[in-house]
Amino acid sequence: MPNMDPKKNPMPVQDPYARICNFDEVALGYTYETAVSEAKRCLNCKHKPCVSGCPVEIDIPAFIAKVAAEDMEGAYEVLSRSTSLPAVCGRVCPQESQCEGKCVRGIKGEPVGIGRLERFVADWHREHGEENVERPQPNGHKVAVVGAGPSGLTAAGDLAKLGYEVTVYEALHLAGGVLVYGIPEFRLPKAIVQHEIESLKKLGVDIQTDMVIGKVLTIDELFEMGYEAVFVGSGAGLPRFMNIPGESLNGVYSANEFLTRINLMKAFRPNSSTPVQHAKAVAVVGGGNVAMDAARCAKRMGAEKVYIVYRRGMEELPARKEEVEHAEEEQIIFRTLCNPVEILDDGTGKVGGIRCVEMELGEPDESGRRRPVEKKGSEFEIGVDSVIMSIGTSPNPLIRSTTPGLEANRHGCLVTEGESGKTSRDGVWAGGDAVTGAATVILAMGAGKQAARAIDEAIRNA
Amino acid sequence: MVRVKRKEKLNENVGKMVLEAGLIAKKAQPGQFVIVRAKEDSERIPLTIADYDREEGTVTIIYQIVGAGTMELDTVQEGESVQDLVGPLGKASETEGLKKVAVVGGGVGCAIAYPLAKKLHSQGAEVHSVVGFRNKGLVILEKEFEAVSDKLCMMTDDGSYGQKGLVTQALEELILAGNEYDEVIAIGPLPMMKFVCLLTKKYGIKTIVSMNPIMIDGTGMCGGCRLTVGGQTKFACVDGPDFDGHEVDFDEAMHRGTMYKEFEAHAREDACRLYQKEVQ
Ligand SMILES: Cc1cc2nc3c(=O)[nH]c(=O)nc-3n(C[C@H](O)[C@H](O)[C@H](O)COP(=O)(O)OP(=O)(O)OC[C@H]3O[C@@H](n4cnc5c(N)ncnc54)[C@H](O)[C@@H]3O)c2cc1C
Ligand SMILES: Cc1cc2nc3c(=O)[nH]c(=O)nc-3n(C[C@H](O)[C@H](O)[C@H](O)COP(=O)(O)OP(=O)(O)OC[C@H]3O[C@@H](n4cnc5c(N)ncnc54)[C@H](O)[C@@H]3O)c2cc1C
Ligand code: SF4
Ligand code: SF4
Ligand code: FES
Repeated sequence: MPNMDPKKNPMPVQDPYARICNFDEVALGYTYETAVSEAKRCLNCKHKPCVSGCPVEIDIPAFIAKVAAEDMEGAYEVLSRSTSLPAVCGRVCPQESQCEGKCVRGIKGEPVGIGRLERFVADWHREHGEENVERPQPNGHKVAVVGAGPSGLTAAGDLAKLGYEVTVYEALHLAGGVLVYGIPEFRLPKAIVQHEIESLKKLGVDIQTDMVIGKVLTIDELFEMGYEAVFVGSGAGLPRFMNIPGESLNGVYSANEFLTRINLMKAFRPNSSTPVQHAKAVAVVGGGNVAMDAARCAKRMGAEKVYIVYRRGMEELPARKEEVEHAEEEQIIFRTLCNPVEILDDGTGKVGGIRCVEMELGEPDESGRRRPVEKKGSEFEIGVDSVIMSIGTSPNPLIRSTTPGLEANRHGCLVTEGESGKTSRDGVWAGGDAVTGAATVILAMGAGKQAARAIDEAIRNA
Repeated sequence: MVRVKRKEKLNENVGKMVLEAGLIAKKAQPGQFVIVRAKEDSERIPLTIADYDREEGTVTIIYQIVGAGTMELDTVQEGESVQDLVGPLGKASETEGLKKVAVVGGGVGCAIAYPLAKKLHSQGAEVHSVVGFRNKGLVILEKEFEAVSDKLCMMTDDGSYGQKGLVTQALEELILAGNEYDEVIAIGPLPMMKFVCLLTKKYGIKTIVSMNPIMIDGTGMCGGCRLTVGGQTKFACVDGPDFDGHEVDFDEAMHRGTMYKEFEAHAREDACRLYQKEVQ
């Protein structure tokens, strides 16, 4: 008998007043009983609309049916067929616009908590499951992967399972990409990412950190070393600035710098060797996941007032809905329809405030979103001592500038052929943010999967 | 992990390490740098590749102990390993076509200037080196500079060694004596580079400086190393570290360098206690 409650089982969370003083995970996860009860809300629809919303096509009703039947290991097996990072995706996917956005239960009430169930199953497996990774039979072929973010790690895992000898080259001292340097601990505990990376190593994937491809080795040299194919998953890590006056004042950060100091370099720990400003009032410019993360980190670092300054409206915020809700609970102040025009000097070369202009929404632009236009004479100031620019990133030019024959478009994104991720350069595939520009974890993983399949095909047919 | 093959103390505050890093040695060019992490959880410290030996597969770093990070690095002994070493980062210095060059080094900046002087010398350019230190005890790389310079001016602030005075004085004398340089290369503390640039601007001599802002990743990802050059924002780690000195906004760079002064002072005191050094 399905559970016909129109609402999802609520996710237990840390109290907002407590959590703004720590970096522990905010969402605590379903209990066993809640998970089973939530799973029973699924109607096991024959035409599975939810699956079409998932970029990696997880067989959603099948895994949920296993949860309802309390076969958690079985549920995990269903997930593993389509995703290698379920504990991550269950936490960070924008479910409302993907799987859950298509769920029939969402028509008359709330959709099934697919992401929450995915997370539960992955966590359950990590804590109780048997880890019996079998090293596949080597097939004698070598593939190199550039970048240890979700796209690169997925491609590496899939190829290793097929018997390839895979080496992942990562520029930073830690593997994980945005999962370790960008997304904060309180949203995605680093131990989980580490666990996923350890499983890959058990599969035989060799991860070489501190290797900036394009500098220490070029892609041409990787081919000389005997790799038959290269997958580029180097992400979109180059931060954009607005080019408004005052951006070089002390106290102005790119979101990447602020988050890297906190997450990768652990500046949130009291004894960390990496400094970060403990501002009293912070303006975060932008409205995506990155902006929410920066704002919530700033709050946790002790800021009394944290503003999100975004040029469109609340409806248009590109961040996951849950992050916006959590940010609101944490007293983040949303100044939407508002655009910065200048960062003000406090007289000593530090940030003293931010001057903004109010916006209104005009005609839709090419992206279909209504374009914000300035309201004349509406300028006003917000007093802050730090500004975090979170207005987007683009792919780093390092690889395309050192790899002859690798085509990129005018945004710097690598150009690929159809779904396979094949680039203009023979033997080179690419995927994730390096191709799409800043997007999502699950899309990056999907691209890594497709490319792994295409690489396998190409090598087998060679 | 990267093994320290040899370690040497150059003076009270400056150390030298020869690191086993074959891949980096193979690619390194003068002007490029590495990022070192001494231990698990250490800061990432950018240091210029002071020398490299492609045969032996080693790169040399010369570091001045200024704060907690460099103090921690200095605790790694010969035969032990540093946690991480990544490089070569940044653009190589452009030396092609230069026939006569003045290389100006200040303090530990000499470690950055030396490989350049060496390369210029080896490609047949006339090299005049002007090196400056606060006092005799801080002098480093004198023999090395001598070997690659057609003329070497040694300056100290207090006159305890070489000539008394600032590097700008010696440089101006050389210029006034009729030396026509294709380029001046100035590497040292920001105020020194700023004043060298003011001087060479007066005489219309192209000047290259090596900027060393605070960095994290060194690959263009954080934007923390940004500078204003010719009115445009540049990232020192990927667009530099060399820039046209007459275009650099030094005052802004100096100001940005003070961002973490207080934190650094605390960290330094803690490290001094930890490693039982005198707090200076
Ligand atoms: C703060 C933040 C929050 C986010 N929140 C969400 C969210 O909630 N949900 C969601 O779905 N998505 C979110 N995203 C987006 C998501 O993280 C990215 O779309 C995804 O990580 C892209 O994966 P990727 O593998 O393409 O690249 P990345 O994760 O960027 O990984 C690329 C890796 O390649 C390395 N690299 C780069 N150049 C080189 C080189 N030359 N040589 C060697 N290695 C190199 C980088 O160091 C990095 O480790 C967020 C992003 C950020 C920054
Ligand atoms: C591209 C590049 C190349 C460099 N090459 C060398 C080199 O060959 N030898 C060498 O001794 N140093 C070099 N530096 C400077 C070196 O990185 C810093 O001295 C070091 O990071 C200081 O770390 P710390 O933790 O010991 O000191 P901190 O506690 O961080 O700082 C102590 C003092 O040093 C200053 N400082 C901090 N970071 C820097 C920096 N990046 N540049 C200049 N001053 C800084 C601070 O303002 C403070 O006054 C280079 C820097 C860059 C960016
Ligand atoms: S991977 Fe993401 S989109 Fe797919 S089912 Fe899981 S949460 Fe939904
Ligand atoms: S659409 Fe919703 S109810 Fe139907 S199978 Fe998918 S998750 Fe279950
Ligand atoms: S050090 Fe991060 S962008 Fe230069």
